[in-house]
Amino acid sequence: MAFDFINIVTVLPEIVLLSMACVVLLIDLYTDSAEESLSYYLTQFTMVIVAAVIIIFAPEKTVLVFDGAYVSDNLSFVLKLSLCLLGFVVFVFSKKLLEDLKLDKSEYYALALFAMLGMMVMISAGNFLTIYLGLELLSLSLYSMIAMQRDSKRSVEVAMKYFVLGAVASGMLLYGISMIYGVTKSIQFDVIHEITMITGQSQLIMIFGLVFIVIGVAFKLGAVPFHMWLPDVYHGSSLPITLFIGSITKIAAFALIARVLVDGLEGLHASWKDMLAILAVLSLILGNIIAIAQKNIKRMFAYSTISHVGFIMLGLIAGNQLGYSASMFYTLVYALMATAGFGVLLMLSKNGIEAENIADLSGLSDRSPLLAVVMLVVMFSMAGVPPTVGFYAKLSVINAIVSSDMIWLALVAVFMSVVGAFYYLRIIKVMYFEKQDIIESVDNSFNERLFIGVNGLTILLLGLYPTTLMMLCSASFK
Amino acid sequence: MKSIYILIVLSPLIGSIITGLFGKKIGRVLSHRIAVLGVTISCLLSLYVLKVIIVDQMPAQNLTLYTWLGVGDLSIQIGFLVDKLTALMMCVVTFVSLMVHIYTIGYMHDDKGYQRFFSYISLFTFSMLMLVMSNNFLQLFFGWEAVGLVSYLLIGFWFEKDSAIFANMKAFLVNRVGDFGFLLGIAAIYTYCGSLDYDVVFSDPMIERLASTKINVWGTTEWTVITMVSIMLFVGAMGKSAQIPLHVWLPDSMEGPTPISALIHAATMVTAGIFMVARTSALFEMSDVALNFVIVIGALTAFLMGLIGIVQNDIKRVVAYSTLSQLGYMTVALGVSAYTAGIFHLMTHAFFKALLFLGAGSVIIAMHHDQDMRNMGGLKKYMPITYWTSLIGSLALIGFPFTSGFFSKDAIIHAVHLSKLEFAPFAYILVTAGVFITAFYTFRMFFMVFHGEERMDQHTKEHLKEPSWVVTMPLILLAIPSLVIGGLTVENILFGEYLKDVIHVMNPDHQVMSMMTAEFHGLLKFVWHGLWQPPFILSMCGVGLAWFIYIKKPSIAETCTKICSPIYKVLDKKYGFDEFNDVVFASGGRKLGGFLWKIGDVKLIDGLVVNGSAKLFAWLSEIIRKMQTGFLYHYAFVMILGLLGLLAWILIKLGIV
Repeated sequence: MAFDFINIVTVLPEIVLLSMACVVLLIDLYTDSAEESLSYYLTQFTMVIVAAVIIIFAPEKTVLVFDGAYVSDNLSFVLKLSLCLLGFVVFVFSKKLLEDLKLDKSEYYALALFAMLGMMVMISAGNFLTIYLGLELLSLSLYSMIAMQRDSKRSVEVAMKYFVLGAVASGMLLYGISMIYGVTKSIQFDVIHEITMITGQSQLIMIFGLVFIVIGVAFKLGAVPFHMWLPDVYHGSSLPITLFIGSITKIAAFALIARVLVDGLEGLHASWKDMLAILAVLSLILGNIIAIAQKNIKRMFAYSTISHVGFIMLGLIAGNQLGYSASMFYTLVYALMATAGFGVLLMLSKNGIEAENIADLSGLSDRSPLLAVVMLVVMFSMAGVPPTVGFYAKLSVINAIVSSDMIWLALVAVFMSVVGAFYYLRIIKVMYFEKQDIIESVDNSFNERLFIGVNGLTILLLGLYPTTLMMLCSASFK
Repeated sequence: MKSIYILIVLSPLIGSIITGLFGKKIGRVLSHRIAVLGVTISCLLSLYVLKVIIVDQMPAQNLTLYTWLGVGDLSIQIGFLVDKLTALMMCVVTFVSLMVHIYTIGYMHDDKGYQRFFSYISLFTFSMLMLVMSNNFLQLFFGWEAVGLVSYLLIGFWFEKDSAIFANMKAFLVNRVGDFGFLLGIAAIYTYCGSLDYDVVFSDPMIERLASTKINVWGTTEWTVITMVSIMLFVGAMGKSAQIPLHVWLPDSMEGPTPISALIHAATMVTAGIFMVARTSALFEMSDVALNFVIVIGALTAFLMGLIGIVQNDIKRVVAYSTLSQLGYMTVALGVSAYTAGIFHLMTHAFFKALLFLGAGSVIIAMHHDQDMRNMGGLKKYMPITYWTSLIGSLALIGFPFTSGFFSKDAIIHAVHLSKLEFAPFAYILVTAGVFITAFYTFRMFFMVFHGEERMDQHTKEHLKEPSWVVTMPLILLAIPSLVIGGLTVENILFGEYLKDVIHVMNPDHQVMSMMTAEFHGLLKFVWHGLWQPPFILSMCGVGLAWFIYIKKPSIAETCTKICSPIYKVLDKKYGFDEFNDVVFASGGRKLGGFLWKIGDVKLIDGLVVNGSAKLFAWLSEIIRKMQTGFLYHYAFVMILGLLGLLAWILIKLGIV
């Protein structure tokens, strides 16, 4: 393995991110508590720098470095860039509540940066080892982030649950990888891809390995029946961490599924298609139905996430460029919507007390028209109402499914979307038609209002002009 | 050019957004400055586009801005078609809009919805531009609905008034009828052409196909598709351009502030139907049935609505009925294939009718928002600018020689005379008689307002004065084109080659315009010839009669009313359209609705489908959520079950178990 210039340049974003994470971690030793927000600004600076590096050193064609362990292609470019952009927004939204909760230590930011690093590694993974490395880096950071609120019983409890279940899932994933390795004698995605394209479904052991891998991936995404951790984690973590997990980690989860199933095991499509179909249908039905009964808005979002995961998997089931790109589009759009949705909740939180019940939103249109409008746009978009981008995302996934002649899946998706509209519209009803007796004012800093406004506007504008993003997505799968 | 078009469309929109969302914060002065600036940019650029098209001979441009989405073969695009017709409309719309924007500063000065009003009229300008600049039917429909929406909002601008709410509801409902037809027409076009783009639909083979395909409409009657499509599109135009029997909303729309009556309900929006028919003339040309239908509707509107204008006492309503009647003239022109004459009248009418409305508004300001003409009189000496500009507007309306209205109206009547269509002679009688009526009610209004004895109360009289310059300046700026635009452009637009590339009249029986062009030998001869024709003589008779009744011998008016009381009653009731609609459609609709609501809605849909399914899912939800026990070992157990399930599925599928 030669440390060529090309190798270094390709992993430069990760190197910068890693160095900055270390800086953030160390800087805490030399500053007193009064300058706490220094680590916040350093983190934001990191996001900008990494984004700049990603853009400057964008690859013109697919580059494989470190003996194929690391890939830099269109997919990684788009996903990493959106990771940085959304990460920036996430930190802006989280700042105030973190301060109120006394969580704004450099530990939080260092952990968040390590989690980002893990995600980037996953996005660029060229073999099973790298992707597993990234996955564990991400997962471990997330466990600790959730548990950081040590005096909250709930947080510690869910961190424990998440950790144990995550370990089980990792175990299954590794077991699956070992079976694949046993047959193909390789952990390289491109090598495995070639082999599976030839052998197809013929080897039972491969299919068995595939089942375990699919389960590992499904757990990360939160697909039914491997979703049980998700509502608890959303509910139990404090809002900034829920926002982090609920939005940007979905991008990494998509990278995981795209690298493993599309880059690696595409030859077994006929098998994983069926599995994903089962999981997707279960997710759509269960997620949408249980969400109706939720009174806690974080839990409602959790179940709604599960149903959206169903949609993301539907796109992959189509098994062609159209489906993959639709699925990727859906993921990015979902991350955008979730950021805005949780962002509004964060801004409603006051003095460390989180807005978490649906009733907390009542009369929001009087208290803060801006937040109410953004939430309205998010809800319409999640329900798939035109002209928001959520409509276009759903449309492109269903389009891919229909053109692959899986009409019944499309019917399930559409029908369950109608059911889903129920609880999204209820939020709007609560915000606009239920009045609160005491009108508490909501005050947010200029930055927060600016970013939440831009975030909501992006959802609208992308809905009117989805072509560019869609083209980026289809360019990622050749 | 593309960026110029985008700027033309977007600058009013941006103005509208800023004044609408932040109006309260930035205050009144900045709000109106921003709104006026947006429209000024639009207007200047539109004039520039017109210049490029005329002077630099730029060919028509058909641009697609972007594709919003594609479903199957249907791709929904946003695009512009800028040709001579579009450029003309853009200039008329933005110019009148600009005048109205400026005028509003004075007219709405003390209104608490000042910023809201500016936001609406800028939004209207945007929507109207989207409508005229569209290159496909769907965007046309978007603009069509958007102007309808703004019209609805503005009629109900003073939403504390019950009558305003009633009027905007009425406008909304009546336009629904028209839009339903329009939408059906667009759907039919898509069904038979597979596209909504103008250049596809209007291509020769496509027109050929539409004209040769026949379908059964009712029983065994066979219609060509093109006839059906044309009539359905025209139903849309009837709603928007207020043709009988869908005209009932326009008089009531006068509940809105006067500036929008000028902009929306006289100069621009109501002419959208005329524009649309001219734009789709390629379809109408192929169907004599549709053209005859258009003629009859237009002629009836022109004649009957003018008659009602005679008995109105509200100054704005007189102008409103006159608008209806003039729209009828334009429609007749379309019907006899004199599309150029229709568009020409649309343009001249936009100027002089906006002028008349704004003049009426100026009078209303001076009269402290009293609109009853019986309380006016002798305003001439108090309001000289309003007087002279209104005189110009009135002369243009009755078609006095050399004013702009003369050329356009004369051309229409002459075209009807030359037409070979079956119903043209019938229309000719009505539109010629209409000239007399127009002159009569116009000068009845003019004399009642500006001449004769001063009938207002003492308090009002003391405060009578000309409003500020923001009100009078638009009057003067509109009076200029009202006076001269007809004479200046008649050679080019009406008889020249201006609209040659846009409107093609191929049918040898429809060649009224080319026949008129052949007869045209210069401006002066045209006017001289016009002086000896029935329209001019009739209009002079109308003016004379108005002068005699309302100035010379005011007592006659009373007597006339008594003698003609049955006719007067019919006119006062507006032929009973409103009563008919109330009894048959409104109350009948309510009864049917009530019935369907009780059986269909409450029991079937609400009870069974909506609430039933909601209850079912809520019930399911409560049960399934119990799965989430909170115990870690349950979660792990479910995961293992999932694993076993998937493995079992694979084994069964591969046929091993």
